[in-house]
Amino acid sequence: MNILMLGWELPPHNSGGLGVACYYLARALSERGANIDFVVPYSAKHPNINFMKIHSATPLLPLYKFGMGAYDGYSTNTALSPDEKYDLKDIRGVQRKYIKFVEGFVKKHKPDVIHAHDWLTMEAGMRAKALTNAPLVIHVHATEFDRSGASSGNPIVHDIEYQGLMMADRIIAVSNYTKKIIVAKYGIPADKIEVLHNAIDPDSLNLDYFCDDNTYKYIDELKQQGYKIVTTVTRFTVQKGLSFLMKAAAKAVEKYDKLVFLFVGDGEQRNELIQMAADLGIADKVFFTGFVRGKHWRDAYAISDIFVMSSVSEPFGITALEAAHYNNALIITKQSGVSEVLGSIFKYDFWDVDKLADEIVNIALSPALEGSLKSNIKNEYARISWGDVADRCMNIYKNMVSMNSGRSKL
Amino acid sequence: MSKKGIVFYFHVHQPFRVRHYSIFDISNKHDYFDQARYDYHSKCNNEMIFKKVADKSYRPMNALLEKLVKEHPDFKFSFSITGTFIEQAEMWAPDILESFKRLVKSGKAEIVSETYYHSLAFFYDREEFSRQVAMHRAKIKEVFGVDTKVFRNTELAYNNELAKWADDNGFEGILAEGWDPILEWRSPNFVYRPVGTSNIKLLLKNYKMSDDLAFRFGDKSWKEWPMTADKFDLWANESLKDQEILNLFVDYETFGEHQWSDTGIFEFFDFFVKKWLSRNDTTFYTTSDAIHSFESSGEISMPYTVTWADTERDLTAWLGNSMQQEAIKCLYEIENDVLRTEDTELISDWRKLQTSDHVYYMCTKWFNDGDVHAYFSPYDSPYDAFIYFMNAIRDIKWRANQINYNKVVK
Repeated sequence: MNILMLGWELPPHNSGGLGVACYYLARALSERGANIDFVVPYSAKHPNINFMKIHSATPLLPLYKFGMGAYDGYSTNTALSPDEKYDLKDIRGVQRKYIKFVEGFVKKHKPDVIHAHDWLTMEAGMRAKALTNAPLVIHVHATEFDRSGASSGNPIVHDIEYQGLMMADRIIAVSNYTKKIIVAKYGIPADKIEVLHNAIDPDSLNLDYFCDDNTYKYIDELKQQGYKIVTTVTRFTVQKGLSFLMKAAAKAVEKYDKLVFLFVGDGEQRNELIQMAADLGIADKVFFTGFVRGKHWRDAYAISDIFVMSSVSEPFGITALEAAHYNNALIITKQSGVSEVLGSIFKYDFWDVDKLADEIVNIALSPALEGSLKSNIKNEYARISWGDVADRCMNIYKNMVSMNSGRSKL
Repeated sequence: MSKKGIVFYFHVHQPFRVRHYSIFDISNKHDYFDQARYDYHSKCNNEMIFKKVADKSYRPMNALLEKLVKEHPDFKFSFSITGTFIEQAEMWAPDILESFKRLVKSGKAEIVSETYYHSLAFFYDREEFSRQVAMHRAKIKEVFGVDTKVFRNTELAYNNELAKWADDNGFEGILAEGWDPILEWRSPNFVYRPVGTSNIKLLLKNYKMSDDLAFRFGDKSWKEWPMTADKFDLWANESLKDQEILNLFVDYETFGEHQWSDTGIFEFFDFFVKKWLSRNDTTFYTTSDAIHSFESSGEISMPYTVTWADTERDLTAWLGNSMQQEAIKCLYEIENDVLRTEDTELISDWRKLQTSDHVYYMCTKWFNDGDVHAYFSPYDSPYDAFIYFMNAIRDIKWRANQINYNKVVK
């Protein structure tokens, strides 16, 4: 079965979870016989990907896949002509080019199914469907409602999402939480939407990795002295609810002193959060690592005892599964997809600062509670495999193909 | 020779569920059992739950029993009614208590002895256990004007030591699970004598036929569905072929709450009693009647504790994981400090926390398997149950320290 998959990033050129999810899904699908052409909006090598064909829609470096900006990209993208630079200066320009590429591609290679990930590629998906009459799957990892937090979001993106969801033959949502948003905010019939939770690939986490030489030496010392390490790994944006976590940290410290909070990541809220920690009088207990990758990233999980995902709106939240893998007790907001698939965790409403503080302190106070959470979650997250996700995805493809062939005979 | 008989024994109990009692409530509020004040619709609101179950189960079933007692002079049965149930009925449904009183007064309903607080104190503190049995006995005398003669321990948790205790304390009978690995080739349908005792007799639950009512009655996927009075009558007769008594021990809430009214459970019971009494050779017994009507047919030994729960029939649902063990350890650790206060309200709060339901809510053995539907609890998770309970214990400890300290100062 020939699948035209439309995405925006793949590892190692990814900036978040979207690329990771696309990679593992595509790999598991190809193991099940799917022949995948994957289109990305940039040109680069993907050394670890040989199970599908990757097509570059533009000559851009991966860094500029959201547009080059009016000034930034000029010096480093010397290969581009002035016209190209002008065309690709913003995200809409990159998307136009991406659509053009897909239009040309489907004339030569007619897919059996078109599978588009998120608003970025929805227009290209619709064009491909119009040109080939192949069925279109829209895979929703996040909606503009999730990305914009409390504000209303970009109306152009809302329009594209609405059209894409309307035109799709089938929609895949990464959680029931996301499915509800699609139904409530975009008025899409619930039976058009299938929920496929993301999985975790344990191999990707380097199972043999031990924390004996941890990057975070100072924190490791505090740990030896009996401190409990509470960690969050995320982008510092409003959507992630970090100001609630900071307030809870202050409240928790009131009740139990031996706590340390590790904020891993970066984002526009960084300075605000640093200020907040100082205002709350807990600046000495809160550590900011900045954006980290590789060993620093793994070590943050590995040194941590309690992982908090404080998101106000989180379609899935794969970091929670990663944290579970590194032996953390998990506290996760109910406003997240991942909380739907896990039982051995604390769930709280993102605004419920007291409850979050209560849970942190109780885990710190009780070895039995901490031990139970850490060991029981390990029996859970491993149950969710990309193979199962891909099996269900293949079924969606097959059903659509058979329905589509029925339709064209009429 | 005595007629063959059915011994119906109904277990009537409600715990005082701990509200969402936060670490920030400790030393400020002591209203652990009063969720109603904060969130009336919470599943931890004891008043709401009691009133709901009263409407669905206690009222209609009591009415049916009162009717049957009037219609059939030979219809008899037994209740175990916990102290915590009576307290709740006094507050929220005095009419139900009046109805129970009428049933007892009719002479057709016996009340069985147990711990006032439905606790597992027997396994932790023999003196506290004896005090709670005495409290229950006094409460039954006060409310119903009768003495208790037959003992059942919480969750039917039974072993040889318990039988010895009951025998030494003048009980005429004791109840236990008729568990096959203990019975081996023997049938639960006889009266037995516990090993090492001189006077007391043992009644064993016929769990197969009890569970047909309690768990399977309304299950449409059960191959015997629908259960009818004629069918059950036939089965009971077969079971009693050459045997004496059929001990059907069930939660009282089986009628109307576990098996909803629309399953036909009330009509079934009405017809069945009529049918069973339509012959000359079959009748009903209270637990005391059964003990007096039949001689012991042999000795039974249960060196290890056997309960009426799960396929394991042990205490692991209450004491199987580290959280449960820690919780119950902390609970009994503070006994001396609590009793020393001589503060009746504090002592009563502490004892309400001994109700076995609290640790049951912390059970993770089904939760782990992802079968959260088997998790019968008012809390989001076993972990939530644990922290509210532990916070309440911390407050009890704080109150005890305050009172004891003031005593010394005076």
